[in-house]
Amino acid sequence: MTAAAATTAAATPVLRLDDLGWSVRGVPIVHGVSCGVREGEFVAFIGPNGAGKTSLFNLISGIRPATTGTVTLDGTDLTRAGVHARARRGLGRTFQTSSLWPGMTVAEHVRLAAQAAAGPRASYRLWRRAAPYRQEVADVLERTELAHRADTPAAALSHGEKRKLELAVLLVGDPRIILLDEPMAGVSAEEVPALTALVRSVHRDLGRTVLMVEHHMDVLLGLADRVAVMHHGTLLALDTPDAVMADPTVQDAYLGEEL
Amino acid sequence: MDTVILLLCTGLGLGALYFLVASGLSLIFGLMDVLNFAHGALLSVGAYAAWWATAQAGMDFYAAVAFGTAVGTLAAVLLELALIRPLYSRPRDQILATVGVGLAVPALLMGVWGADARPFPQPSGLSGTVRVLGAVVPVNRFVLMAAALLVLLALRLFLARTRYGLIVRAGVEDRAMVTALGIDVRRAFTLVFAIGGAAAALGGALAGLYFGSVAPGQGTGLLIFAFVVVVMGGMGSVTGAAVASAGVGLVQQFANYYTAAGLGDLSVVVLLAVLLLVRPGGLTGRLA
Repeated sequence: MTAAAATTAAATPVLRLDDLGWSVRGVPIVHGVSCGVREGEFVAFIGPNGAGKTSLFNLISGIRPATTGTVTLDGTDLTRAGVHARARRGLGRTFQTSSLWPGMTVAEHVRLAAQAAAGPRASYRLWRRAAPYRQEVADVLERTELAHRADTPAAALSHGEKRKLELAVLLVGDPRIILLDEPMAGVSAEEVPALTALVRSVHRDLGRTVLMVEHHMDVLLGLADRVAVMHHGTLLALDTPDAVMADPTVQDAYLGEEL
Repeated sequence: MDTVILLLCTGLGLGALYFLVASGLSLIFGLMDVLNFAHGALLSVGAYAAWWATAQAGMDFYAAVAFGTAVGTLAAVLLELALIRPLYSRPRDQILATVGVGLAVPALLMGVWGADARPFPQPSGLSGTVRVLGAVVPVNRFVLMAAALLVLLALRLFLARTRYGLIVRAGVEDRAMVTALGIDVRRAFTLVFAIGGAAAALGGALAGLYFGSVAPGQGTGLLIFAFVVVVMGGMGSVTGAAVASAGVGLVQQFANYYTAAGLGDLSVVVLLAVLLLVRPGGLTGRLA
């Protein structure tokens, strides 16, 4: 890629939301959200509980159908596409609550995800052994610092390790855009720095585009390129962390609330 | 001592029969949340197909068992595709449909071949007895045990080592999440039904050996105890089902012999109640 082409690629957003909205029985949960996310960018979504952050993620990943507006990935309109179709195009997400199989080991989680990512045919070749995925699984476990826990059942992991495993399950599918819904939720204070470092390395070293919902502003500083502030289902502000902190509308909305 | 050994072997043989029915039942319930009341009918289909092949069509015993298993597998796949799949979002209708099949198949068998038990031809190699520590034990008990052990081993290898097995195990724990990964879990449903049908039909063919005859109601009678075994072993656990099968078969035989006949069935229910009071999730501790 030439330098000029690279600049153009960086300028056109890889993910575009236009007037995106979702109402339940006429009550708007997410309303008129428009923004673009550039390739390799890290955008953090903050806002009080019920501001519509997770709902917005559901609209982007396709878990809920948008009632208004469009979601565009690489110029392709994905508004009507299902979760699978979006995942295949490189949209991967984690959930607020832990989503793991308690009785299965760490390595088995990643193996299943690797198998799923390789397409339906790979999964359903009946008597094929799982061995070909061994290297892929080992690499991802190494990156997420879970290699020493490979044979531990998920139920025996700490909260921080569970979050790492969710990230590992996501990464093995090689998504271009990663949606993280409160990856630090329920994680003990000692584990937060390691998890933050892991998220940073996914963004910087792997060059993935990351969208993350997070309550704690201190976690976001030094991670996020831009911060999106959600309030009552609308996008209140979207700017660099410093500019957002200084924004009077944001301060008004958060009167008495610490960001 | 002779009696104890005979009872042990007979109990384990009966347990093996329970396991062949319960393993599929357990996997089907664990993965799909489907209570398959037609599972006994699959056993009957296997039994009658094997009986027909050997007594009517003149096949040799081993070919007949293979034939019975194949017919039962086919019946299971058809059942899944035609009745279970269209009713996935309607569990109550699903139960009614499987109960219906469970009643209709024995009635159909009765209509075609009559209500009386039909003697099942015993192959010369498997019809005799062997002496075990002084006790005289029919060989067919060991055939059943060997078949159950082979099925258990094959299922465990399948679940632990293959890609498909991994999907089934993950699906048993949380089906929605397997779908979230982008895997079409319904294809695993059909496979699990086929595996369960194959095991039950094999059980049916071998039940002819164990009971010496095939009868229309055999499958339904065994199904009740298979359900007890599934609940005891923990829904969805194949190994749990194996342990529970052995336990139920043994308790039934010993209780029937040493107390009044018929108390064996009752004691199985008591065993189930006690186990569920002590460990509500069954032997493997899974929530039912």
